[in-house]
Amino acid sequence: MADKTEIRYLTPISIDTQKEKYCRFRKKRIKFIDYKDPNFLLKLVNEQGKILPRRVTGTSLKYQRRVAQAIKRARHLALLPYVADLLKN
Amino acid sequence: MTNRYETVFILTPVLSEEQAKEAVAKFKSLLKDGGAKMHHEEDWGLRKLAYPIQKKSTGFYHLVEFEAEGSIIAEMELAFRRDERVIRFLTVKMDKHAIEYAEKRRNNKSKQKANA
Repeated sequence: MADKTEIRYLTPISIDTQKEKYCRFRKKRIKFIDYKDPNFLLKLVNEQGKILPRRVTGTSLKYQRRVAQAIKRARHLALLPYVADLLKN
Repeated sequence: MTNRYETVFILTPVLSEEQAKEAVAKFKSLLKDGGAKMHHEEDWGLRKLAYPIQKKSTGFYHLVEFEAEGSIIAEMELAFRRDERVIRFLTVKMDKHAIEYAEKRRNNKSKQKANA
């Protein structure tokens, strides 16, 4: 009985098909994250205007700190909202 | 020891273009009197704010980049706070990456202007 229910593959299928995450700032050698460019920073926040976590964007810790700083500066200058709804549609 | 700084400030939209220019000139002369060396300035014009500040939904954005002693910053920010026309300001000390980025950005802008 056990033989019938067991499914066997010739090559093991990969369950984890997720792409490898990488830090976009390291890859593109971006050293400075501009707080004056709201359109770019929009990629790093969610629809409510919250900063996306590292586990989602794949940013390295060093650049995540700079991203956070830049977004906070942009918010202060009213380039990005502190609170929003449907920021991207 | 001088440092490179970058300041963005927002003026109220109730001003006319000329009044806004006058306000900008005032802060620039304040910096120059303090011995600052101006590197760059940018006028972003009347922009929409992401959220209302003092019940205003737009503002005149202005950016200045300069090199000066650190002591002038307190003086300048005090002037910003005392001036009713300024609704928001931010001063950032630029590190070497920021300076490099700013120069690149300027070059791109001037190229775009040349093409247009």
